[in-house]
Amino acid sequence: MHRKTLAELSAALHKKDISSIELTQYFLARIGRHKALNAFVTLEPEKSLAQAKAADALLAKGQAPALAGVPLAQKDIFCADGWRTTCGSKILSNFVAPYDATVIRKFNDAGMVCLGKTNMDEFAMGSSNETSFYGPVRNPWNTETVPGGSSGGSAAAVAARLAPAATGTDTGGSIRQPAALTNLTGLKPSYGRVSRYGMIAFASSLDQGGPMAQTAEDAALLLNVMAGFDPRDSTSVEAPVPDYTAALKHSIKGVRIGLPKEYFGEGLSPEVAQVIEAAVGEYKKLGAEIVEVSLPNSQLAIPCYYVLAPAEASSNLARFDGARYGYRAPEYSDLIDMYKKTRAQGFGSEVKRRIMIGTYALSAGYYDAYYLKAQKLRRLIAEDFRQAFETCDVILGPTSPTTAFKLGEKSDDPVAMYLSDIYTISVNLAGLPGMSIPAGFDGKGLPVGLQLIGQYFGEERLLNVAHQYQQATDWHKRIPKGFE
Amino acid sequence: MSLDQAQVRRIAHLARLEIGDAEAEHYAKELSRILDLVEQMNAVDTTGVAPMAHPNDAGLRLREDAVTETDQREKFLKIAPAAEAGLYLVPKVIE
Repeated sequence: MHRKTLAELSAALHKKDISSIELTQYFLARIGRHKALNAFVTLEPEKSLAQAKAADALLAKGQAPALAGVPLAQKDIFCADGWRTTCGSKILSNFVAPYDATVIRKFNDAGMVCLGKTNMDEFAMGSSNETSFYGPVRNPWNTETVPGGSSGGSAAAVAARLAPAATGTDTGGSIRQPAALTNLTGLKPSYGRVSRYGMIAFASSLDQGGPMAQTAEDAALLLNVMAGFDPRDSTSVEAPVPDYTAALKHSIKGVRIGLPKEYFGEGLSPEVAQVIEAAVGEYKKLGAEIVEVSLPNSQLAIPCYYVLAPAEASSNLARFDGARYGYRAPEYSDLIDMYKKTRAQGFGSEVKRRIMIGTYALSAGYYDAYYLKAQKLRRLIAEDFRQAFETCDVILGPTSPTTAFKLGEKSDDPVAMYLSDIYTISVNLAGLPGMSIPAGFDGKGLPVGLQLIGQYFGEERLLNVAHQYQQATDWHKRIPKGFE
Repeated sequence: MSLDQAQVRRIAHLARLEIGDAEAEHYAKELSRILDLVEQMNAVDTTGVAPMAHPNDAGLRLREDAVTETDQREKFLKIAPAAEAGLYLVPKVIE
């Protein structure tokens, strides 16, 4: 049962081969058996089963939406009414959300079941899931290694098939990098495609929620539910939502795939490079036309991001002050002291680092040298993509420079950790859609992710190119030992 | 670019984060390393480049000036660390 895709589970539910209650109980039991992965922060079996019961009633009437009754794990960054929502932080350890994020509401309206809330790097700041207040998540492919981050709990949950699919969010690679490190299909939609309402903000001009799934087809099914205009998100784009499954089967003969030469240089592990080259060969066989493109400002993406994201974070995280919700320090002398002690005790060190960098970059006298300069570089990076897309339809490269690294390997060196997002960050800066799909394994048996980058609002093409590869290969069907 | 402990304490104050002396020393080193990374931005001449604040150049939409939220005061106050008589409680700020 746990090896079935969303498409297969949906069919089984509609044919009444299985009920949503049975399915939900099955996955909850599986989650219980694999607690050592630490993939989940909060489980509420009664709530999950109540949703499953309601879904079964809908299915019995024969008018249920496509994914009704299918269980899904939710990254603990999405507020869900009545559910504890921690964002991986101590400061929200007692926060029971009083409302639903738009994404959660849409899944509820689609009749889907929330299996639980998944672990994540604190406030989505991290690339290894080690900054979580609730402890690191382990990668089911090798439990001594990290699952990537920040959506590491979602990644581990789906990779170990504790959930058939999950949600993630991606500010600099937080869907794609963990998907790559755990052999999943992850999609970061175009900025403005999926509502950010109720998704706890990290860097508002970069954050996007998206699906983490077993296949491109499942990602398309989930995006069908998640995408769409939301008046509650001022940056949501008012554009119709296509059926993302419609174009999956189209041939990719003649589709121009661009390889950015900057993504294959120094810093890329030779084993990862080899796997990506083999995938390029597969695309040639499928009839795609391979062209070389250039993204000359790629190396600036990390410095630019580590000004803009912390600057936005320092402002967004000002709301956690101990006054209205969440943790408050037990002892303090006055209001300022209450803020300072609450935040010092409630935030972990990576979050504090980023708040301080952002505060510094935005402080009087430094704004032009840091924030404004970074915004100008952001323009150059976005412009690189615009030019590259004049000669290609989709850009292809590695998702991450290495496969999964060991727990603790980079946790004492923030700068080394930041470099693991070198290929993903520029996509967020430009606001484009990006995917990671399974493409093979290294010598240690760890998965390698292939990144596909599309044009703005070009998710259909991206999913089509990913799906066609998955029709010709079976990397995405591989499951880690011990979880078959 | 390197930050000293006094600068770190100043930033921490602006960010409303309490930090001890040992921490200030630690953060001074770490933040300086991150700023060194960020300094790579200066290698590029950006004269005449328009800053990009956002992927949507279209700008923000306007909506009708109408009340759309419902009154959920009780629900929101229920999750506050301290509340009384419909108000959030914090330490006294005016003598």
